[in-house]
Amino acid sequence: MSQRFIYMDYNATTPLRQEVKDGMVRALEVYANASSMHESGRRARAEIENARRSVAAIIGVKDPATVYFTSGGSESNNTVFMTMYGLGRKAPARRKIITTAIEHPCVMNAAAYLRDEGFPVVYLPVDGYGRVDMDAYRRELTPDTLLVSVMAANNEIGTIEDIKTIAAMAKAAGAWVHTDATQAVGKIPVSVDDWGVDYLTMSCHKLYGPKGIGALYVRPKAPIEPLIRGGHQENGVRAGTYNNLGIIGFGMAAELALADLPGYMERVGALRSRLCDGLLARVPHIKVNGHPTEVLPNTLNVSFPGAEGEAILLSMDIEGIQVSTGSACASGSLEPSHVLMATGVGPELAHGSIRFSLGKYTTEEEVDYVLEKLPPIIARLRRMSTVPATEA
Amino acid sequence: MDAFQWLYSDIVKDHFTNPRNVYNPDEKFEADAEGIVGNIKCGDQMLFMLKIVDDVITDIRWKTYGCASAIASTSMLSESVKGMSIRKAYGIKPSDIAAKLGGLPDNKIHCSVLGDKALRAAIDQYLEKNDRAGEFKGEDAVVICTCLNITDKDIETAVKAGARNWQQLQEATKIGTVCGGCKEKAEELLHEFSHIYS
Repeated sequence: MSQRFIYMDYNATTPLRQEVKDGMVRALEVYANASSMHESGRRARAEIENARRSVAAIIGVKDPATVYFTSGGSESNNTVFMTMYGLGRKAPARRKIITTAIEHPCVMNAAAYLRDEGFPVVYLPVDGYGRVDMDAYRRELTPDTLLVSVMAANNEIGTIEDIKTIAAMAKAAGAWVHTDATQAVGKIPVSVDDWGVDYLTMSCHKLYGPKGIGALYVRPKAPIEPLIRGGHQENGVRAGTYNNLGIIGFGMAAELALADLPGYMERVGALRSRLCDGLLARVPHIKVNGHPTEVLPNTLNVSFPGAEGEAILLSMDIEGIQVSTGSACASGSLEPSHVLMATGVGPELAHGSIRFSLGKYTTEEEVDYVLEKLPPIIARLRRMSTVPATEA
Repeated sequence: MDAFQWLYSDIVKDHFTNPRNVYNPDEKFEADAEGIVGNIKCGDQMLFMLKIVDDVITDIRWKTYGCASAIASTSMLSESVKGMSIRKAYGIKPSDIAAKLGGLPDNKIHCSVLGDKALRAAIDQYLEKNDRAGEFKGEDAVVICTCLNITDKDIETAVKAGARNWQQLQEATKIGTVCGGCKEKAEELLHEFSHIYS
């Protein structure tokens, strides 16, 4: 059994960074209800508003009051879709929802719920790199469009969408624009004003902060309805006693991630290139998925024809390397990754895909270890395979 | 890794990391019969190659494209049928293989244990070559529809012939046209065979 432990699944989640961990241990003492009027309540409230400023800063927001804390990305996304559900029910003349075929399941399924409720829903196709088909978008962007929701960067293949252009077109058509920026925040520069979006979803646990906390940016005057009704917390947008610990942790994680960003992009981007070049040199017949340049600096998705993803993943796991796969076998369903299938790579390459997602703790030595261990794993699986290893 | 241990049994891990009887093109294995099932679209495919003497499997080789449990179950099956009569081997079921592997998650039994079907395909080819086609048909069958005595093999045959939904399966077999009590089980098998033979 391997003694090594190499984590390359940072898009799934990240470890808590030490500074955040230390800050959260201190924050465990901030027990007061931040809605209370007394001094300890006011102190807790001050820490929460401080965290809100840090979270606002990482998405380029000047007015922190437009940032609402939620339990995470799924809740933020659902809040936007359920707000649209309410609007579309009241005014059925404009209730078309446009999203993409490569969204995270929480957007796919929130959109599917609206479709089941009678809303017209369009899942835009993407090109071979995972970028939205702009011709299809232009065609679908009819005057009855209520919402355009396109993810900023894809979790599986790392492709970055042209949100600025997509948002400008949506605004010109009178629609609201949402982006799920869960994978983008902390990895690339994000600015709600530059992009021109009305809503932006973010999650803390992708930024070396705690799980169970996220946020939703809502542009002033954009409609928003609470998903969770109750008290007047978050200006009535999201009820529930303030999650002091999570919010304070989020604030620290966001502040540190923003300060780290330029160095992170350069260093992790170089590691990604080293891994990509190394695999291309050492393993024949592979295909790199995702966009060649418009891609997250940390995400590398590769298909290994002739070898199946779950078998690759578990072989790497035995060597102490943690990655993920788009294979159906890993999901327990019979369908391989909907993202890769949408890019048109075909089921064989989708089943044989591995996602390496690097992070701030990844080292050159770890990349080299993967480059040493992976080629024999692929060769071994291909030797026993019924499928030839020629690139499909 | 603990995670590996809870995902699959140690036996699965052993067969996955040290698979037995894998085909090696260098050894010039001369098979008397071959069978292949599954397809890449679904993520699993396997090939069995048999040497048969006096209706006994004397040697076996295989290749598999698939996940860890697909590889392990094929390896395990290849070990257990060496020295077995083809008649007995014909009756092996996925649950027999799963049991030998110390258990598999339910969703894996249906999608990754195809070895028994590849083995039957190879034995069928052998019987056909020797003018004995269909000799074991029905022997390994389990009755699904008790009203009309329709077996899992009948469902498998219907799916192989193109049935892909309940209506087509009924047209092909008349299953479930009396009491309908078998519908759930039959639909499960329809789903499973559609996956294998699509």
